[in-house]
Parts: sequence; C-alpha cells; structure tokens
Amino acid sequence: MNAQGRNYPGINLDHEPQTHAEAEEKVFGFWVFLMSDLVLFALLFATYATMTGATAGGPSGGDVFELKSTMIETGLLLASSFTFGMASLEIKYGGKGRLFAWLAVTLLFGALFLGFEWRDFATMIAQGAPPSRSGFLSAFFVLVGTHGLHVTAGCVWIVVMMAQIAVFGTARDVKIRMLRLGLFWHFLDIVWIAIFSVVYLPGLVR
Amino acid sequence: MNRRDDYRRELRAYLTGLGLAVVLSVLAFGAVGLAEGVPGAISRSTVVWTIGLTAAVQVVVHFRYFLHIDLTRSKRDDLQLILFSALIVLLMVAGTLWILGDLRDRMMAVL
Amino acid sequence: MSGADLWHLLFGKLSADALPFYSAIAATAAGVVVCGALGAALLITWLGRWRYLWREWFTSLDHKKIGIMYVVLSLVMLARAVVEACMMRMQQAVAFDSAGFLPPDHFAQLFTTHGTIMIFFMAMPFLTGLINFVMPLQIGARDVSFPMMNSVSLGLTTAGAGLMMVSLVLGKFSTGGWSGYPPYTELGFNPGVGPDYWIWAVTLSSLGSTLTGINFAVTIYKRRAPGMTLFRMPLFCWTALCASILMIFAMPPLTVATALLACDRYLGMHFFTNSLGGNMMNFANLFWLFGHPEVYILILPPFGVWSEVIANFSAKYLYGYRSLVYATMAIAVLSFTVWVHHFFTMGQSADVNAAFGIATMLIGIPTGVKIYDWMLTLFRGRVRFTVPMLYALAFLLLFPLGGLTGILLANPAVDYQVHNTLFLVAHFHNMLIPGLLFGMLAGYHYWFPKAFGFRLDEVWGRIAFALWVAGFVLAFMPLYALGLMAMPRRTDAFFEAAYLPYTLVAAFGALLILAALVSLCVQVWVSVRRRRETEVFAGDPWNGRTLEWATSSPPPDYNFAVLPQVEGRDAFWLMKQDGRAYRTPDRYEDIEVPRNSAMGPVVGMAGAAAGFALVWHIGWLAIIGVLTMGGALIARSFVRHTTRTIAADEVRRIEARWRDAVAASPGVTRDDETTPANRGHAAMEVA
Ligand code: HEM
Ligand SMILES: [Cu+2]
Repeated sequence: MNAQGRNYPGINLDHEPQTHAEAEEKVFGFWVFLMSDLVLFALLFATYATMTGATAGGPSGGDVFELKSTMIETGLLLASSFTFGMASLEIKYGGKGRLFAWLAVTLLFGALFLGFEWRDFATMIAQGAPPSRSGFLSAFFVLVGTHGLHVTAGCVWIVVMMAQIAVFGTARDVKIRMLRLGLFWHFLDIVWIAIFSVVYLPGLVR
Repeated sequence: MNRRDDYRRELRAYLTGLGLAVVLSVLAFGAVGLAEGVPGAISRSTVVWTIGLTAAVQVVVHFRYFLHIDLTRSKRDDLQLILFSALIVLLMVAGTLWILGDLRDRMMAVL
Repeated sequence: MSGADLWHLLFGKLSADALPFYSAIAATAAGVVVCGALGAALLITWLGRWRYLWREWFTSLDHKKIGIMYVVLSLVMLARAVVEACMMRMQQAVAFDSAGFLPPDHFAQLFTTHGTIMIFFMAMPFLTGLINFVMPLQIGARDVSFPMMNSVSLGLTTAGAGLMMVSLVLGKFSTGGWSGYPPYTELGFNPGVGPDYWIWAVTLSSLGSTLTGINFAVTIYKRRAPGMTLFRMPLFCWTALCASILMIFAMPPLTVATALLACDRYLGMHFFTNSLGGNMMNFANLFWLFGHPEVYILILPPFGVWSEVIANFSAKYLYGYRSLVYATMAIAVLSFTVWVHHFFTMGQSADVNAAFGIATMLIGIPTGVKIYDWMLTLFRGRVRFTVPMLYALAFLLLFPLGGLTGILLANPAVDYQVHNTLFLVAHFHNMLIPGLLFGMLAGYHYWFPKAFGFRLDEVWGRIAFALWVAGFVLAFMPLYALGLMAMPRRTDAFFEAAYLPYTLVAAFGALLILAALVSLCVQVWVSVRRRRETEVFAGDPWNGRTLEWATSSPPPDYNFAVLPQVEGRDAFWLMKQDGRAYRTPDRYEDIEVPRNSAMGPVVGMAGAAAGFALVWHIGWLAIIGVLTMGGALIARSFVRHTTRTIAADEVRRIEARWRDAVAASPGVTRDDETTPANRGHAAMEVA
C-alpha cells in the first residue's frame, strides 16, 4: 500500500521510503511463507494427535520421553530467541563486534539444542523405539524431526549471515535478511512451544 | 539521547518477553513434574489444562515480544494474515481430528 | 566389492529391466519421448539457438517470459495427456468381452499419468503462466515481487514435468490414480518405482506452486500502481489473488501427504500402512485437504478470464463487480470446509457427511451469482463473437450442467450410489473442460496478441473451438449415462453389452478432441506465417479496458515507462475516454529491471536430478541434487548486482517507437476487429 509516511518499524533502515517499501514487501512475503509452513506443521501435529494411540504394542510417549532433556531443550531455544533479539538490537543500535558475538551465542544454543535432540532420538532408538516401530513413533519422529530440520536450516542461515556481515557489513540487504532470519528463528520457538505442550508434556502425564 | 531511550525500551521488551516465557514454561513443566514426583498431588486434567493454557499464553507472548506483532497500524497486514492463517489451521486441524476420531470410534464399536 | 554392489552404488535400482521393451505400445511411447527430445535438441543446435534460448528465455526473470514458458510447458503436457485420454477411450470402445489392446496394468498407468499431468502439469502451469504474464501488467507493476523465486518455481515445475516424461522411458509409472491412495501405493503392494515417480513429480510441482502462490499474493498486495486500490483491480487479479491464497494454504497438505508416504516407502515408517498402527484414511484426509481447494485454484483463474473476456467483448463494465469479488472470496474460504465430499463412502458417520454435504452445496450459491453476473454483462452489450467469446458462451451453457451434477454428488446419499462410477468422471470433466480448459484457451486467444504482437487466426480458432465443444459433449455426456448404469471408473474392460454404444460414442468424441488439439497446432502454424497481416504492435487490438492493453505488444521489458495513475475501475478504458491514453510523459527516468539469473534452471535441474535419484535409490546423486539446490540459494544471496538499468534515453527511444506506431495505425472499429485492418489501435466508438 502507501509506502510513504509509513516506515518499516522493525529496524533502523535509512530514511529512503524506497528501502522501507522494499523491507515491507520482503518481510511480508516472508510472513506469508511462514504461514504456509505453519500449515505444514499444523497437519503434522494433527497427524500426531490422531496417532498417539497407534503404538501397536510398542512403547508409548510416557515410556520414552524424558522430562529433563525436554526442559533443557526448551531452555536452550528460549535463550537463543533472547540472544537473537539482542543481535537484532545490535543491528539497530550497536556495532559489528557485539552483533557477531550475539549471533555466535545464538548459533551455539541452536547447535546445543540439536545435540540434545539428537541424543534423545538416539536413546529412543536404542530403547527399541525407532520410527519404524509403530505409527505413533513415525508421527513423533517426523513431527519433532521436521522442527529439528528447520532449526538446522536456521543454524546454517545464521552462519551465512555471519559471513555476509563480515563481507558486506550491515548493509541494507543484509539488514532485511536479518529481519527475516529473526522471524524464522522466533517462529521456530513458537512451534517448539506447541511441541512440548502437545507431544512431550501430555505424553509424560499419566 | 532518543536512540538510547529506544534502545532501552526495546531491550526491556525482550527482557519482559523472556521473563514471561520462562515463567509460563516453568509453570507447565512444573505441573508435569509435580504430577510425576508427588502422585496424587494434582489431577491429570488440571495438568493438561495448565499445559494448554500456558502454551496459548506463551504463543501470544512470543508473537508480541519476539515477533513484534501488535495492534498498531503498520502491523495490520501481518496481523490479518496471521489471524486468517489461524482460521485455516483451525479448520484443517479440527476437521482432521473430528473425521479421524469419528472413524476410530466407529471401528472400535465393531470390535 | 562385487560388480553388483558397485552397480547398485552408482545406479541404484536402475537396470536394463527398466527399459520399456515389454510392450510395443510402451516402447513406442518411449521412442516418441526420446526422439522428440533429441529432435528438439538437434533442431535447436542446427539453428544455433541455444545461446539465445539460454539468454533470452531460460535465465530471464521477466514475468512475461516466465509466463510464456509456463504456458508452453502446459501445452506440451496437454498434448501427452490428451493422447493418453484417447488411448483409454479407444480401449473402452473395444474392450467389451475382450481384453482390448491395453493390459490392465498399462491402463492403470494411463489414467494415473493422465490425471496427474492434467492437474499438475497442464492446468497448474497454464493458469500460473497466464497470471504471470497478465497480472503484473493489469495492476500496473513492472514485475512480480520476487522475480528470482518466480524463475525457481518454473524450474521446479518443469523438473516435475521432466520426471513424468522420464517415467515413460525408464521404469513404470504408478498405477494408483492421480490421488495416489495407500495402501495401494505402499511398498507392500507396489514395490516398484511407480509410486515414487508420482511422489517426487507431485512434490516438486507442489513446492513450485507454493512459492508461486506466495509471489503472486505479495505482488498483488504490495505492487499495485498508484491509485489501483483493491476494489479497482480487474477481476482477473482478484481471482489470481484468491487462487494464490489457496495455493499458499492448500499446497502444504499435499506436501505433507506425499512426504509421509515417502517416509513409509523409504524409511519403513507406518503412517498409512496396513500394519503397526498405520492409518491410510489419514492419507485421504490430507490429500483432499489439498485436493478440494486445488479444484478452486483451477477454476478461479478461468473465472477471472471469463470476467475479462465477457466484459471486453461486450464493451461494458462488468456487471456486479463487487458481487463477483465477494463471491470469489466466499468460494475461496468455503473451499477449505468441504473436503470430505471426496470420501463420503469412507465410513465416517452420517453427521460428518451431512455437515460437509451442506457446506458443499453452499458453494453453489456464490458460483451461481457469478453466472448471472456474466449473463447480465452480456445483456445489451456490444457483443462480438470472437474466439474467446465463443468459448465463454460454451462455458455459460455447459458449466452449469456440471455444477448441477455436482450438487447431486454433494448429497451423500446420492454419492453412495454413483461414487467410483463414470458419473463422477463425467462430472469433473464437465467442470474442468468447459470451466478450466476452455477458460485457459479463451485467455490464450485473448492475450496471445499482447504476448507476441500478432493475432491468432480466427478461422482455425473457430474450427478448434467447434471440435472442442462437439468432442467434449460426445465424449462426456455418455459417461453420465454409463455412470448411472453403474459402470465403474478406472476399468479397462467390461462385460455388459448395454455399455458398448456409449463407450463408442465417447471414443468418437475423444477423437474429435484430438482433432481439436491438432487444429490448435495448425492455428499456430498458420498464424505465425501470416503474422504480418495480423500484426498489432500498437497494443490494443480488442479495444481493451484494463492496463495490460496500455502497453505495446509485446510490452517492453519494463512494462510501463511511467507507472500509470489509476483513476477508477477499467483503468485503460477511462484513460481512453478522457484522452489520457498514449500521452507522452514529461520526462523519462532510468528504470531498474531484474538481471538474468541461472538460479531457475540450476535449481530445476538439481531438483529433477534429486527426484530421479530418489526414485531409483541413487544415494550420491540425491545428495548432490539437494546440496546443489541449497548451495545455489546461499551463493545467490552473495550476489549483489541483481538488477540492470535501462537508461532514460533508451526508454525514450522504445516509447517513441511505440507511440509512432500508434499514431501511424488507423483506429479500427469493432466491426473490423478480426480483419487485417486491426493494427492494434482501437477507434473510439460512441456506444
Ligand atoms: C481433453 C479431453 C479429455 C479426455 C478425453 C479425458 C478422458 C479421461 C478418461 C478416459 C479418464 C479415465 C476415466 C476412468 O477412470 O475410467 C480420465 C480421468 C481423469 N481426467 Fe481426463 N480427460 C480429458 C481432459 C481432462 C482435463 C482437462 C483434466 C483436468 C484438468 C482431466 C483430469 C482427469 C483426472 C483428474 C482423471 C482421474 C484420473 C484418475 O482416475 O486418477 N482430464 N480422463
Ligand atoms: Cu471437492
């Protein structure tokens, strides 16, 4: 719509209306993509919900989930969302060095999260609960694994952004890209809330 | 000067978001931990309700403080998009649960 | 390592058995594909046109060229699917009390590929192509929001189509129908590569369409010319917007369905299997969560075409514009609430069926509103019976019939009777041919002069039209009767003498359709040869009403030298009325347009390679394919010079050439619209 007089609020771009229009278009496009992705997750959740009973005599959630590691994973993702927020603030107000540091911390949390998730999966498989054991376990692994794949993609993206900041500095296109990465990262957090609230916690309540 | 205020304000928003999110997560995990640790301390349905409600609030918190979605005019396109998406997701998920649940019940009845 | 192991490592499941020498028909089909591909490659080499194609087309990010490539792709695939349809009709014409010429397995492959191609690789590319070409022009934009992504979408769609073609040569395609229901497509029942071909072809196309939907929706939201409010947009843009929204939300269910089926087949999971907790009914649920919105993705853009064509060739404002817009939105939202009507017979309780049956019938209301609006647009208009208008009239007569049979099917009790019979096949072809295909053909005739600068031959257009309509009626009306006589769909042979007369008539109809397709080819040939007589560089051959006609034909790379100022609906018509059309602007500015990029072809080829590798279990190639796609994306993000500038002087020269042509061509009246007098400059006639 009317781009003039309506600056894109997320980030301090320069004062050209052109830039704000560009940011608005790209960020809106990314929102639309996220919503499409949301539908994908929603259907994986729905599938999971219809398959919680489909254990085929194998282990159920309560047998294989671990409260402690879910809690650690949740903490890691939450912390990473906050550190990414700090990185966004640095883009807006601060310098390159601290921006780099916050991104690196975010990346570290993301990688740790993936490590813990990997360990969970490995333990489950070792306990005789691989995805091919039952419909329930298939649904579990695909739902949680899809989130994990997204986080992996997010980590790669962080690395790419660090490279771009190193090469280009906080140029306009880099900023707009960081804005989108931020949406992606925080969005994955929301999906994770749904995962621990629909998959892990109810599975652990007897 | 102005910039500094802005910075403070935004930092505070992130901190508020983090604080609320931690509290809500702890509530949910705590309820489950309590049910597990002290049998009978808390009923299953209370736990499930706690999980559901805290999750719903936490989603709103994340949208508000991390994704910066609010009711201001510049965010209206995004907000409308999210609400429309929520409607579609609701239709799809509720429909799926209804249909497949109905089918399961009918098959159980035969057994 | 033994030789066999090495072979497996390098080529997966590929072996000489994959070649189609088990049947003369399959071998012929493969031969046609191979010779066709080689012939095309040789021809291009001989003409020395590779560089031209690469520079001007494959790597172009111009929405107009991408649109044209989509349409070309869809016409090629249409030819294959129509030939397959004819083979099926021939089989059913001779297979009374005999085996016919197609073994059951082959017949099953034919209806699967026919259905899959028609939906994913004919209809979707056709409408995506038309929207791509027309929509940015109609809203007064210079391009879509994400030109590079546009090219990637085309690459992914083409990759899927390529897999379909390869499946004719190597291995056998799925026999599970276009909807690919498990358990029939599960490993336990179908261990071959067929379902895998289906999975990856459809997945590639689905990803492409998701990106397309995002691109179009954002373009319409953010790129409209000054003054072009949403309620001033041409109706085609509205239908494009609603179809895009449907793509955004309805393609993910398909991606989920195919991905989970792939998990079952490749990783031994149990989403839809018979055992260990699998639930195949969820596949039907997921597939139709996509499938029903999909049919509205297919039908809304043609509705947009009808709105443009009928208003234009009646020389009137569209009757009931707002009601048409609201009807389109209503259809879009309602289309997410009816998917169960595709599996009323799956066993859920009557309550569920009743709810979805009623929702289905509701859709008839907004659709009915539209039909009346179009008829009222014709009323007292200056109606000209050009080829697009003829298609529109055929549509107005035939489409409601399909709609009525749809309302019958929406009643679960009726559906229980005719489900899985040819009645259903008649119904959906009755929607898809007069609705979708005629709509696409009407759009093709209508906008062809805009794209290429000359008109299509009227006579051959009329011949093709007559053949399409006659062929459709003869091929599909008998199927209603056959369905009521309980002839099941997807049968390769039958033993009921009463069916035979009907299947014979249907076969004859199919031949007429084949002739119609040939006529379309002849039409292109004739039109290209006579292009000097029908040249319309001035750009406005039909006395157009919307902004795409305010440019030269073909339009310049940048579409508009100065973004048009829109004062109301039917913007170009208004400009012509108040003499603002063709006015030379005070000054020209440099214009930035997207620079060419190899991303589309690279991602497309990598996607095709990955798909092929997954089908045949060639691990290394799959990994390379996927990594190439991701790597290309990352590499591209480091490219900073993504636009090129067309200097103001250059713009002035291009524009002056066009304005001179307009001034030099005499204004043509509507009576002479289809004669060589039409040079693309419409005379203002007093209505
Ligand atoms: C052009 C003339 C066409 C002819 C002669 C034709 C003929 C046929 C025939 C004979 C079948 C198999 C019916 C059976 O199951 O016994 C069929 C199925 C089908 N057709 Fe067509 N068709 C035509 C056009 C189209 C178009 C334009 C579309 C869609 C855009 C389409 C979509 C389908 C689909 C989805 C199926 C179902 C495939 C399945 O059973 O899985 N057809 N068609
Ligand atoms: Cu439907």
